[in-house]
Amino acid sequence: MQQKTSQNPASSHMILIQGGIVIDPGHVNGRADLLIQYGKIVEVGFPLTTPINPDSSVTILEAKGWIVAPGLVDLHCHLREPGFEYKETIGTGAASAVAGGFTSVCCMPNTQPVNDNASITKFMLAKGQEAGKARIFPIGAITRKSEGEELADIGELVEAGCVAISDDGRPVMNSLVMRRALEYAKAFGIPVVDHCEDLHLTDGGCMNEGIVSTELGMPGIPDASEEVMVARNLALADLTGVHVHLAHLSTARSVELVRHAKGQGLPVSAEVCPHHFSITEEAVRCYNSNAKMNPPLRTDEDVHALKQGLVDGTIDVIATDHAPHAIQEKQLEFDTAPFGIVGFETALPLTLQLVHDGVLSLEQALDKLTRAPAQLFHLPVGNLQPGSHADVVVLDPNEEWVVDPTQFHSKSQNTPFGGWTVKGKVKMTLVGGRIVYDAR
Amino acid sequence: MGLQRKDLLTIAALTADEIQLILTTAESLKEVGGRDIKKVPALRGKTVVNLFFEPSTRTRTSFELAAKRLSADVINFSPSTSSIVKGETLIDTARNIESMQADIIVLRHSSPGAAENLARAVRSSVINAGDGWHEHPTQALLDVFTIKEKKGRVEGLTVVIVGDVAHSRVARSNILALTKLGAEVRVVAPPTMLPLFIEQFGVTVFYHLDEALIGADVIIMLRLQRERLGQALLPSIREYAKLFCLTPERLKLAKPEAIVMHPGPLNRGVEISPSVADSAAAVILDQVTNGVSVRMALMYLLSGSGERSTLNE
Repeated sequence: MQQKTSQNPASSHMILIQGGIVIDPGHVNGRADLLIQYGKIVEVGFPLTTPINPDSSVTILEAKGWIVAPGLVDLHCHLREPGFEYKETIGTGAASAVAGGFTSVCCMPNTQPVNDNASITKFMLAKGQEAGKARIFPIGAITRKSEGEELADIGELVEAGCVAISDDGRPVMNSLVMRRALEYAKAFGIPVVDHCEDLHLTDGGCMNEGIVSTELGMPGIPDASEEVMVARNLALADLTGVHVHLAHLSTARSVELVRHAKGQGLPVSAEVCPHHFSITEEAVRCYNSNAKMNPPLRTDEDVHALKQGLVDGTIDVIATDHAPHAIQEKQLEFDTAPFGIVGFETALPLTLQLVHDGVLSLEQALDKLTRAPAQLFHLPVGNLQPGSHADVVVLDPNEEWVVDPTQFHSKSQNTPFGGWTVKGKVKMTLVGGRIVYDAR
Repeated sequence: MGLQRKDLLTIAALTADEIQLILTTAESLKEVGGRDIKKVPALRGKTVVNLFFEPSTRTRTSFELAAKRLSADVINFSPSTSSIVKGETLIDTARNIESMQADIIVLRHSSPGAAENLARAVRSSVINAGDGWHEHPTQALLDVFTIKEKKGRVEGLTVVIVGDVAHSRVARSNILALTKLGAEVRVVAPPTMLPLFIEQFGVTVFYHLDEALIGADVIIMLRLQRERLGQALLPSIREYAKLFCLTPERLKLAKPEAIVMHPGPLNRGVEISPSVADSAAAVILDQVTNGVSVRMALMYLLSGSGERSTLNE
């Protein structure tokens, strides 16, 4: 009876997560207990002051030696549904998300059909509800079919539940269309997200352009391909005053451009993906198509600059760019295989490596995965303050484990981190006070 | 005595000694081509499959002839690239061929790394006959063989490679082979046709042909691929020919005994003027002849290798 009611968020049943270290970035960092009722946070502290009625049922979750944090928030993922269910569905994607500690994920509109209208948005939200794992926050298209020409029905998309707009993967090349999209978005108070890439400069490239691409005879993607669009977007943010969020920065100069723009007070934010600060173009040498993503893996110098950007706040958030592809697609030759890797289930340990290496504090690292992303996209999640959704991740920052892609909850296994020994493991994930992932 | 490797995938992986072994073996096998009965039994009962995903006449023919002169059975398999697009991966195709007990697979493919991926997937020996812009090791071997034959050595020679280095597997393999053997290598092309960091290969970069040719012992002309025109790499064929065509006047800038090479097919009047192509300096047809010997040597050495080791272990 007690077990049953504990899974019903609407019940008066309480959940007590006790004995752990709570890190709610900006609010709490220390030994604390967490009390949950009606799917919301009731209190966080030690000792708790809320009287627990001895008659009421309480589920006690022991978190001694572990970190209790807000469920992670991912501003950038691809859930592939509708259209590419063989790669991932919203159901498998949401399950993969919570296995990685993510309780809220923003999914890009490059589905088939493209999420450029309310019916697709509503479909995605309904599928998310049905899955009952991570919360799904769709990102709508900027232009119809993401073709870069006519604006999508942005007002209707926002009304249906889109939290931002982007033509991720097929970036808007026409700067006038981009300007108009920013101006139009102003009325709805949503950020415009850009995958910064000049497709003309990329010219069919499939890895970083540099000494490795020259040695391998592989068409390269120059740094400039990203940087010219970062610069364009910064200029347009200045022109329109609209919040531009720059997806997955990968180069040192991009970081420098954003740092400068932030210094001038421009309304910009930026994200980085774990793979871009964890590995370099060297990973491509054995023609491993799981090291193929866009933007491509760059150099040591870029990795260093990205870490610096995280440290000084130039880069606001860490996002996964979770991009599942089927095995048969990644079995193609490197230049013909699709771009992208799965990210939900490796993002946390790769980020925690920055903590183990002394680059970020644990609170800083978690901030970039919780409070900061929620704030940027105005999502009602990402903290453990009383009254908030009880979206919680319990993790052991020091537990080592070996990444085995065949054990992923995602439908796809395309990761360059298979076989890696990583440090930091999700023990339990709660969404709205419900345990949706349990690896205790 | 064999090569202690299963495959021949790149020049990058070869040592100078291994290159010398291939050249020496090719020298002794060259004599077979001059016989009345041009055949030795070295590969009798062995099966060689030419797996060409890109159209090729001369390279495929050269491999076929090499295998036949060694008495191997040869199959030519040229799946259309479109069948690959339809879904069968290279590895599936190759495993099919392997199941027919092929001893050596000669692969040409448009993707860099295709030969390496194939070699990892099959037990047969794999010879890379060109993978994208990456490498064309047998072309480089036949080129250094020809240089050695004509000049008596490679070390210390000044070799100029002219043309689209960025998109050329011939250039990459030649740069690697020539520098390993101690030649001084120059590359000359419009900057649009030189890849980033090419100087890190130990070559000297020139943008003007006349400057690059001064004192050259060997000139290797690359074929200008006309499809590059639409890619803003060049203003026009006319301007390219004006700036980069090897003419008799320009040839005079090189050493008097300089030789001119070209992997073919020639664009007469574009990168090479007919009078140079047909002059005594041109050794283009010797390259073709030597290509057969070098490929015979490779197949012989790979099949004779007692203890096999895979590249990039």
